Amino acid sequence: MAKYSVVGKRIPRIDALSKVTGTAIYSGDVTLPDMLYGKVCRSPHAHAIIRRLDVTKARSLEGVMAVITASDVPGYKNRSPLLLVEMPHLAQEKVVYAAQPVAVVAATSIEIAEKAVGLIEVEYEELPPVLDVLESMKPETPPIYPDLYTNFIARPPTDKDSKPSNIAYHISVNRGDLEAGFREADLIIENTFRTQPIHHGYLEPFAAVAKADVNGKVTIWTQTQGVFTARQMIAEFLGLPPTQVKLVPVEIGGAFGGKSYLPLAPLCALLAMKTGRPVRMEMSRDEVLRDGRPAPGSVTTIKIGVTKKGYITAASATFIYDAGGFPEMSHTMFVRGNTFSQYKIPNIKIEAFDVLTNTVPVTYYRAPSTPQSHFAIESQMDLISRALGMDPLQFRIQNSTAEGDTTPSGEILPKVGFKETLERMAEYLRQKGSLQGENRGRGVACGFWHGAAGSFGAYVNVNIDGTVTLVIGVTDVSGSRTSIAQIVAEEFGIPMEAVSIVVGDTDTAPWSSPSVGSQTIYSLSHAVYRACQDAKDQLRRLASPRLGVPASEIEFANGQAIFKGDTQKSIPLAALGRSSLGFRGEGPIVGRGSIAGLPPAPSVAVHAVDVEVDKETGKVKVLSYAVAQDVGLAINPMSIEGQIQGAVTQGIGWALMEGYVFDRGKVQNTTFLDYRMPTATDVPMIDTMLVEVGSTTGIYGLRHVGEPPMVGTLAAVANAIHSATGVRLKTLPMTPEAILKGIKKQGKS
Amino acid sequence: MKLKINGREYEIVSGPGTTLLDVLRYELRLTGTKEGCGTGSCGSCTVLVDGKAINSCLVIVGEVEGKEITTIEGLSRQGKLHPLQQAFINEGAVQCGFCTPGILLTAKAFLDSNSHPTESQIRQAIAGNLCRCTGYDKIVRAIMSVADS
Ligand code: FES
Ligand code: FES
Repeated sequence: MAKYSVVGKRIPRIDALSKVTGTAIYSGDVTLPDMLYGKVCRSPHAHAIIRRLDVTKARSLEGVMAVITASDVPGYKNRSPLLLVEMPHLAQEKVVYAAQPVAVVAATSIEIAEKAVGLIEVEYEELPPVLDVLESMKPETPPIYPDLYTNFIARPPTDKDSKPSNIAYHISVNRGDLEAGFREADLIIENTFRTQPIHHGYLEPFAAVAKADVNGKVTIWTQTQGVFTARQMIAEFLGLPPTQVKLVPVEIGGAFGGKSYLPLAPLCALLAMKTGRPVRMEMSRDEVLRDGRPAPGSVTTIKIGVTKKGYITAASATFIYDAGGFPEMSHTMFVRGNTFSQYKIPNIKIEAFDVLTNTVPVTYYRAPSTPQSHFAIESQMDLISRALGMDPLQFRIQNSTAEGDTTPSGEILPKVGFKETLERMAEYLRQKGSLQGENRGRGVACGFWHGAAGSFGAYVNVNIDGTVTLVIGVTDVSGSRTSIAQIVAEEFGIPMEAVSIVVGDTDTAPWSSPSVGSQTIYSLSHAVYRACQDAKDQLRRLASPRLGVPASEIEFANGQAIFKGDTQKSIPLAALGRSSLGFRGEGPIVGRGSIAGLPPAPSVAVHAVDVEVDKETGKVKVLSYAVAQDVGLAINPMSIEGQIQGAVTQGIGWALMEGYVFDRGKVQNTTFLDYRMPTATDVPMIDTMLVEVGSTTGIYGLRHVGEPPMVGTLAAVANAIHSATGVRLKTLPMTPEAILKGIKKQGKS
Repeated sequence: MKLKINGREYEIVSGPGTTLLDVLRYELRLTGTKEGCGTGSCGSCTVLVDGKAINSCLVIVGEVEGKEITTIEGLSRQGKLHPLQQAFINEGAVQCGFCTPGILLTAKAFLDSNSHPTESQIRQAIAGNLCRCTGYDKIVRAIMSVADS
C-alpha cells in the first residue's frame, strides 16, 4: 500500500481551469473605475549627470494629472542612494544605465501619458560609460558611485577600503592548503569561461494598478513573488508605515526570480496618492528587455588539480559577476554555498566579485549565480575526465560528497542524494546505450543548489461542511497552491476537492517570505503541516467525548475522525465542524502554524543531453535530454516534471541562443524577434527521473525543486557539443557562428 | 462598427485603426487574450478569425469587421470545456498560464485542419507561440492526446 493517498499523486493544478478558460486575473487585467494611465520617462544614456530636469510643459498638457521626479518621492528624503533597502526607482542627479527612469506621468489616457513623456525636458551631461567588468574592477577606473565601498552590503566601510570602488561585493573562501593540493596533482587544468547577461523571458510584462483611499491607505495589484517584501519596499518608497500599504495577490505570468523587484508598483502607488485616482501602468516588451533586470553575465577562471586515478586534490576559482548599474542584488553571496559543494575537494580557494558597470542592473534568475558558476565547473570537470580517459559520470561519482562531508562554506552536509542521483543517470545511460551517428555527441553535467528557507505562516479553518480552507500569504509561481493543497488533503484525510486555498492579501494573510530560492513548498509545507496538526488536535478534543475514546487514539481518513482501534467508531468532520459553532460550541476550529530558520536540504540534478551539430551551418539540434534530480519526495510528480522541463528549456536558450546585444551600454535587441528564446521546435521531449532520497528536514522528506534543474544545463550542452565536434566552447551563447568558427580553427590546427 | 466575437455582436467605439487586441482587452474587457510582446512574436494574443489563428496585436479591427472572431472566452461552449482545454489541465500543460489561451487557440485551428498530426507537425504548428514555463513537453503531449482520441 502506498504510504500516502494524496501526496505523491499526479494531480492537475487547481488554478488550471481558470487559466484554460482565460478567466484567471493577472495584474494587467485589473481595471478600476476612473482609472488613469502611467508612463515612465527613461534615460537615453548609459551614464550621465542630469543637469536640468524640467517637467513644466508635460504638467501643463491637457489630461496630465501628475508628473513625478525623484524630488517628489517621500522615501528619498532621508535616503542615501546606497541605502540598499530598495532600488532607487527614479534617478537623482545621475543616471547609471540606459533606460533608467527619471520621471513618471499619470494622464487620462495612454496616448496623453506618452505625449507628456515626450514633453519632459532633460539635459544630460554624458559621462564615459564603464562597460566591461574587468575594466571596471581596476583601481584606476573612476567609480560609478563616489560613495560605494566594497562590501557596503555586508558591513560599513573600514579604513582598509578608504577608496571607493566599482567592486560592490567581494567574498573569499580558503580551506586546506591550496599549493600543497596542487603539488599532489598529476594533472592541472585551468580555463576561463564567460557567460552573457540573460533575461528571464517571462511572457507577462510588468503591470501594476494602484489606488489610494481617503484614509491614505494605498492598495496595489501587481505581480510579485513576495507580497510582504513588496509591501515593505513600496511603503519605504512612499514614506508610509507598511500597514498603510496593501498588496493584493494576482496570477503571475512567469517570474523565475525576475519578479521580486518592482519596476512599476512604487511609481504607480505614488501616482495614485498624488492624483487621488486609480492608476494603471504597464510595460511594453521593449521596456521589459531594456529595464527588466537580467541575470548577470560572468567571467570565471577556474583551475582544478586531480590525481591520475581521478581524485580532485585542489581547486581554485575566481567568479566575477556583472552587477550592472545598481549594487543591491549581490550574486557573490550565493557563491560560497553553491559552488564545489557536490565534490570532495580537500584544498580550495574561491574569490567572487560583484562588479558594477553602466548596464541594466541585474537581479536573481533561477538559482542565482549558479548556472554561471556551473558552466565553468562542469565544463572543467568534463575536460578533466576526457584528459584522464575516464567516464564523466564515474569521475563525478567517485568525487561526490555525502552526508557528513564539509562544503567550501564550512557547512557539514546533511543527508543528500548526490551519489544516488549520479548513479541513476549512469544507469539510465547504460540502458539507453551509446549514441550512434556522425556529428553527434553526448554531454553530461551535474548541477547543485543549496536552497533557501524563509519564514512562513499558515491558517487552517475546518468548515461546517467538513471542508478545509487554508489561508497563506505566498503567491504561486510554481504550482505551490496545488502541492500545498495535497498536503492539507493528506493530513485531514479528505479529497482534494474538499480543500480550498486562499492566497490572502497583506491585510489578511499570515506573513510569508517571498517565493524565491526554491523555498516555497519546502518551507511553507512546515507551517501548513503545523497548522493542520493544530486543527486536528482541536478536532480530536471535540471527537473524543463523542466517540468515547482518548483523543490521542483518533486519526483522520475519508472525511472522518476515526478511532484507531475500531474503525466503526467514527464521526464526520462536517459534524465536528458544525458542533464547534453555535451557542454551546467551543468556537470555530482554526489551526495555525509557523516556521522560520529551517535548514535547507541541498539537492543535485544530473543532466545528459544528446546533440547533433550541422558542420556546414554550425546549428545544434538537441536530439534528446534527460534529467535525474533528487527531489526528496515528489509531492506532485507532474508538477515537478514541468519544473524540470521548463528549467532545461530555459537553460538550452541560455546555452545556445539568448543574450543581450549592447551598444555603448544600451540594449539593442528589445523584441522577441531579436532576443530569441526556444520555441517548441528547438527542444525535444525532456525525460525526467525523480530520485527520492528524503531529506531529514523537509516534511515527508521534501527538498528544493524549482532551481536545481537549471544549473547543469549550460555545461551539459557545451560538453555534448565538444563530444560531437571536438570543439570546446568556453563562451556563451554557443551560436552557430561560434561553433563554425571553432570547427574552422580546428581544421587549420 | 460591429464585431462578432464568440457568437455575439459587439458595438465598438474604438476607431477602425485600433488593434483587435486593444479592443478585446481594453474596450470589451475580454482579458483572457494576453499581450506578451505587441509585435507579433510571442503568440500570447492569438485569437481565431474565421477559424484561423492570428496574432490579434497585428490586426486592426477594421480588417475583421463581419468576421467570426473566437477568443479564449469562447472556446468552451455552454460550460463544457473543449477537449484541448481538458487535456491541458489533465496533462499538466498549464503553469503560469499566460501563454495558455494563445496556444489553445493555435492548437484548435491546427487540429481542425490536421486531425492526425505527428509530434514534429505539432511542434511546427505552435512554434509561433512562446511558452517560458513548461519546456513545451506537456503542451505537445496534451495536443497529441486530443489528436489521438
Ligand atoms: S502579443 Fe501578439 S504576438 Fe505577442
Ligand atoms: S505556462 Fe507560463 S508561459 Fe507557458
